[in-house]
Amino acid sequence: MDRLTPPRADQRGSTGPVLATLDAPTATPVVELVGVTKGFGAVQALRGVDLALYPGEVHALVGENGAGKSTLVKMLAGVHRPDSGVLRINGEETVFHGPLDARNRGVAVIHQHPTLFPDLDVAENVFMGRQPRDRVGRVDWRAMYREVERLLGTLGVRIGVRTPVKALSVADQQLVEIAKALSLNARVLVMDEPTASLSAREVDRLFAIVRQLRAQGVAILFVSHRLEEIFALSDRITVFRDGAHVITAPAAELTTESTIRHMVGRKLEALFPKEEAEIGRVVLEVRGLTRTGVFRDIGFRLRRGEILGFFGLVGAGRTEVARVLFGADRADAGEIRLDGRTALIDSPQMALRCGIGYVPEDRHGQGLVLDFPISANVTLPILARVSRLGLLDRRREREIAADFAKRLQVKAAGLGAPATSLSGGNQQKVVLAKWLATDPKVLILDEPTRGIDIGTKAEVHRIVSHLATQGMAIILISSELPEVLAMADRVVVMHEGRVTGEFERAEANQENVMFAATGQVAIPARSGVAGNGVA
Amino acid sequence: MASPSRALEPTRTGAQLRADRLVGLVGRVRELGLLIALAAIVALVGAQQPRFLTASNARQILLAVSILAILAAGQTLVVLTRNVDLSAASMVGLVAYVAGSILRDNPGFSVPLVVLIGCALGVGLGAVNGALVTLGRVPAIVATLGTLYVFRGIDYWIASGKQVVVSDVPKSYRDIAMTRVSGVPTPIIFAAAIALLVAYALHYTRVGRQLYAIGSNPDAARLAGIQSGRLVFGAFVASGLLAGIGGILWGSRFGAIDARAASGYELQVVAAVVVGGVNIFGGSGTVLGAVLGAVLLGTIANALTILRLNPFWLQAISGGAILIAVTIDLLITRRLQQALIARRNR
Repeated sequence: MDRLTPPRADQRGSTGPVLATLDAPTATPVVELVGVTKGFGAVQALRGVDLALYPGEVHALVGENGAGKSTLVKMLAGVHRPDSGVLRINGEETVFHGPLDARNRGVAVIHQHPTLFPDLDVAENVFMGRQPRDRVGRVDWRAMYREVERLLGTLGVRIGVRTPVKALSVADQQLVEIAKALSLNARVLVMDEPTASLSAREVDRLFAIVRQLRAQGVAILFVSHRLEEIFALSDRITVFRDGAHVITAPAAELTTESTIRHMVGRKLEALFPKEEAEIGRVVLEVRGLTRTGVFRDIGFRLRRGEILGFFGLVGAGRTEVARVLFGADRADAGEIRLDGRTALIDSPQMALRCGIGYVPEDRHGQGLVLDFPISANVTLPILARVSRLGLLDRRREREIAADFAKRLQVKAAGLGAPATSLSGGNQQKVVLAKWLATDPKVLILDEPTRGIDIGTKAEVHRIVSHLATQGMAIILISSELPEVLAMADRVVVMHEGRVTGEFERAEANQENVMFAATGQVAIPARSGVAGNGVA
Repeated sequence: MASPSRALEPTRTGAQLRADRLVGLVGRVRELGLLIALAAIVALVGAQQPRFLTASNARQILLAVSILAILAAGQTLVVLTRNVDLSAASMVGLVAYVAGSILRDNPGFSVPLVVLIGCALGVGLGAVNGALVTLGRVPAIVATLGTLYVFRGIDYWIASGKQVVVSDVPKSYRDIAMTRVSGVPTPIIFAAAIALLVAYALHYTRVGRQLYAIGSNPDAARLAGIQSGRLVFGAFVASGLLAGIGGILWGSRFGAIDARAASGYELQVVAAVVVGGVNIFGGSGTVLGAVLGAVLLGTIANALTILRLNPFWLQAISGGAILIAVTIDLLITRRLQQALIARRNR
């Protein structure tokens, strides 16, 4: 494996059949970011990062969720503009005025989920918006199909150019995206989690193509969670953490361990101190839970008064497990036991009846009815309790809503204020209130503090911790490692649809949890409760 | 961070109070806008033609829109859930013809029983729509477009070219819609009663709340344990029932019925609902608004007749009313959103 920096001269300037020959007498980066910052409201996504991509290198970008990788990718795609800092293309200072501009400057981005037109065929997708024309100005279909066939030929793949894209696998759709990039003479290829939904063989094929492109002098930025793939493919590795650049080094100089340490090596910020709760009998037990193609063989136990942290990187399958537990999706195999008895949870109504509450990840899409006032949102799952003979008892509704709003310190103009008028933190409190109103035994919290300010975040931690002391069993799904480590009595770690680790509070730390989250630990025993520590 | 006692306490600035008032107003502003439009039309046309302002003309307008208002109430239930019922007029026609033909072919047949049969037929037809949409998962606009033709086709098949004439039906049947109670024609009373009942149900019952939730955010509704399928089915059945009642009133009022009865009425129903501020994408709107929408369209039609304008204008102006109503609605919603966001970022 060649892991050189800057890349070998013979890799640059080779004559690819498609690409313009690159002239890089000195090692000028094709893309260079210097001191780039980007903020979204209160959140600072990038805090002055540097990154340089050279022709003919595969450069991996790694980091935890929220490290700023996506923001950087979108910046290169021309979606976001830096608040400050400099972007240089071939040494020339540039501002991208949108995705088209980025594309015209030779930067192509391939997203995890290909952004193609499913009903149109492969060739139409490659040439969308710039179809070759004949003399009269009509679309020259023959030339278009011929050119796409040639492009796919140079990639060495067999895909029918007239196949509608929706009939292709994700892997093939990515290849269509790559063909599109080649047809645009892209000199920079940004790949955002390209392997997340590919099989092992498809990954091999993709890597072969990536290496071929590298040999042709294309600069490739490879964003991934899968460290083994990163080490197999890349020449250099850059690690981001919390929006800041941590290190850029040749892949040969890094190891899996040192990379993970760079990813997580931050000080634990002072979070709300967890109250000690008395941990009782097992309330929920899950065995061998499988949803084909999504997650498999998930097993864990949850006790009264316990906060069970669910950690994993984006796409690990945590939300999907939660949705099955709540009856929003169905499992294909496995058993869910509540209080020692098998429970068949086939709908959210059933889950509610069984005493399970679910605060979804997507507040706006799934948690709130934004047009409704606070009170109506809080009582939505318990309308039966606030009505008699089908008629709503508005006074009782207000009382219940007022009670929870006070307990959770919702700040609003009044209970009649529509949910839209609240801040993100207060909206989240309303969603919490709504599920607490159902009086659940088991409460599943999916990213409960995402996108809310630090003060409210601490309040949410206080509330969750307090609920546990009252005997509620809580599953806390979070992508924030410090939050999980601070709040959870036990941590279950998932990686690509499987449980890859389970740690008691005392033994969980940033390194071993992140190790498991990147899939570095052997799969635990089938029982699903063994397998602590690092293999 | 505020202390617990401060939570929810009104600590409002002037700007905030204005925002609050705006929020409060917008709940009613759609109906208010309709009333203003109505007043403007009345004033303008009344200045030209004093005859327009008489009580008898007002009665005329309300009578003309009473069946439309009943259908608009049913349509509101369906539209709130992000669906639409295009078959309402076909159901009206079919029920009207079936009821009339029973009375024609069986002299002495019980009129209350015919009314019951008409309502039951409406419920059955509504159930077909509901089943297609909820069980069959056919998009409502397609499903009810299909049943629009199917129900009308059944109507033609049953009628096979014949018609019910005024002398075919007993006087007691005609009396349903042709009586006045203290000077008010009964269809207006029926329409008012039904509109109030549906409005009450939407505002005060659990089911009403759930219909709004389904239309406003289907995912959140599902996660809140609301059984959307059943409720949407119910909305279509209710729409069918109201179309059944509309069919009886139609038959009773006009006496002479053939298979074309109420043809083309379906789009007026949708127009009334949309003009009335019910969001065609579900989740917001009121029955009061839909009824006012029906009245507004009826008033425009009446004004054009009184002003002796070419009936061609009726279509164009109704269309214009829809466009104006929807555009204003969108502008208001956007302004409201901005006001709310401004307040949130205070």
